[in-house]
Amino acid sequence: MGRRVGISGNYAVAYAVKMADVDMIAAYPITPQTTIVEKLSEFVANGELDASYMNVESEHSAISACVGASLTGARVFTATSSQGLALMHEILFMASALRTPIVMANVNRALSAPLNIWNDHSDAMAQRDAGWIQLWVRSAQEAFDTTVEAFKIAEESRLPVMVNLDGFIVSHMYEPVELPDEEEVKKFIPSRPLENRISTKSAHAVGVVGPPEYYYEMKYQAIDAIEKSRVKIKEIDREFNSRFGKSYGEVEAYGMDGADAALIVMGSIFGSAKEVANSLREEGKKVGVISLRVFRPFPIQELRKAVEGIKAVGVVDRATTPGGVGNPLYNEIATALYDMPDRPAIQGFVAGLGGRDIRQDDFRLMYSATEKAAREGAGRCMYVGLRE
Amino acid sequence: MSKVFKSVKDVPKEELLAPGHRLCAGCAAGTAVRQILKASGRDTVVVSPTGCLEVSTSYFPQSAWRVPWVHVAFENAAAVASGISNALKTLQRKGKSVEKADVIAIGGDGGTFDIGLQSLSGALERGDDILYICYDNEAYMNTGIQRSSATPFGAATTTSPPGKRSIGQRTEKKDLVGIAIAHGIPYAATACPSYPFDLMNKVRRGLDVDGPALIHVLAPCPTGWRTDTSDSIELGKLAVLTGLWPLYEVVNGEVKLTVQVPRREPVTKYLKAQGRFRHLDEDTVKKIQEKADRLAKRFGMGPLREQQ
Repeated sequence: MGRRVGISGNYAVAYAVKMADVDMIAAYPITPQTTIVEKLSEFVANGELDASYMNVESEHSAISACVGASLTGARVFTATSSQGLALMHEILFMASALRTPIVMANVNRALSAPLNIWNDHSDAMAQRDAGWIQLWVRSAQEAFDTTVEAFKIAEESRLPVMVNLDGFIVSHMYEPVELPDEEEVKKFIPSRPLENRISTKSAHAVGVVGPPEYYYEMKYQAIDAIEKSRVKIKEIDREFNSRFGKSYGEVEAYGMDGADAALIVMGSIFGSAKEVANSLREEGKKVGVISLRVFRPFPIQELRKAVEGIKAVGVVDRATTPGGVGNPLYNEIATALYDMPDRPAIQGFVAGLGGRDIRQDDFRLMYSATEKAAREGAGRCMYVGLRE
Repeated sequence: MSKVFKSVKDVPKEELLAPGHRLCAGCAAGTAVRQILKASGRDTVVVSPTGCLEVSTSYFPQSAWRVPWVHVAFENAAAVASGISNALKTLQRKGKSVEKADVIAIGGDGGTFDIGLQSLSGALERGDDILYICYDNEAYMNTGIQRSSATPFGAATTTSPPGKRSIGQRTEKKDLVGIAIAHGIPYAATACPSYPFDLMNKVRRGLDVDGPALIHVLAPCPTGWRTDTSDSIELGKLAVLTGLWPLYEVVNGEVKLTVQVPRREPVTKYLKAQGRFRHLDEDTVKKIQEKADRLAKRFGMGPLREQQ
């Protein structure tokens, strides 16, 4: 039998990593990620987790050591935030192209300048083309469950997985979390099979020069792998459900029955968005909310299904693409819905940059602007909560 | 005690760096790698940062490596090697794998002295069980002979060209072994493939110590040094015989010269053989001779041979 404990989102990740019986952890401290790796060093120090813990001198070396370790067949984990993820940028592409199933928790934090330790999604969005599977969670429970799923998704797809949790809001909030029996977790994710790895029994060369005659095909293998991971993500979530009685899907739609307008969000603001939608429903407004749990591979079909019959969607971006057409999430959604017959109007919003609170009034404003878009078509991107 | 290589009879015939690689004719880095792998044997994983050696030995669909080999990026060979070494040990401890392997990182001077120095320092400080070997050809040869912080004083490179206001490279080579031993590591040494037994014995000792070891190998480069392709081994010898490249090792902090030079050659003999020093004036040559004299004094080498 499992147990119910009060822990933070970061500790929930650490417990999942411990139960996954990882072999190697390499990490560098950065707020708000640090309590994940502090907890993990404790587990290693007191013998609860038999793993090599590498205190590296930078995030660049953290991810580099993880790539090396993962190539030996070991199960590896790292965690970071913001500048740390940005410093890893170069190696993230190699991790996916070399097909290393690393699991990384990214505790979302704004990118400098100005220096800001608070939550937004600019760190992960800047890495969206690195070939990693990106999952997004909304609570400590989901942080635990998704991290457990992430190891299975990574190893079965042979791709690295980034589990994103909102800095402070999820990472430092203490919530009740159901922890399953460690043995049950181990049955769900047994040791990584020692195959396709570097071994003295064969002289494999990894990370070779790929000239123009070969680079394209090599790159395509990683593209194909992330496409194929769609099926794995679904299957693994289903299997998780049959074993642990919880399932998350790629897209969650809330209060969409008969809705005309819906907000599309990622991460912890789903909670506030739902609450405001409930009040608005009581006032007779036909609004709902859609939350994406998977950002890479982008859940096109699931999203299209969720917005069927909706007149307008409002996309809440928590990162920007300066000088671009839209912002990261908006652009994905606009592209995904473009050739849908009767596609909804798509209103863009930017909100909550650098930890700025998104208040109930802000949500009301976004819902009403989306309803307006349903009637009159979408307007320009709105910077919600920005002072004059 | 480590295995000792005294004569060719002690050296395995097996070549673990296959012929047909794309290194330039006369490249001493290739010679050094052959010697390194003869000393290490098959149970070795090699990690290379980006550089001449990496691009010349792994051009898909060919590979010159007969041992498992990994390249990830330019500045992280030490971190990748540490990750591999620690993971292999953990898999073994947990009973998941019985495979044992030595992990050797082999990087050029750019990947070691400059862009890779931070990750190297991290690996040395943590005490990870890796052998890091720098093959130092004294510039960024792979990208076309740009200066690095290992380029010697006075040398002409494409980014330290001599001119009206320039003597060539203005700075001295960093003391890599000094930096390494400042981390308190158990073993560090210099070597040169012109002295193969010395190099192979140092590789063996570096692998046999518990924890990190570093070997700094001078690797003459005909392309960048503007020398004849048949002169590389001779140039390596001259570097040692002039006192500019003392062969020594540092075992737990104790410094020992491993190849004595009873009577040193003048540095002009070494400099004149190389196009990259062709522009040097007397004053600069004098400074280089003084450097050799200082090194000779520090490591206990013999006096300068009397000039005829």
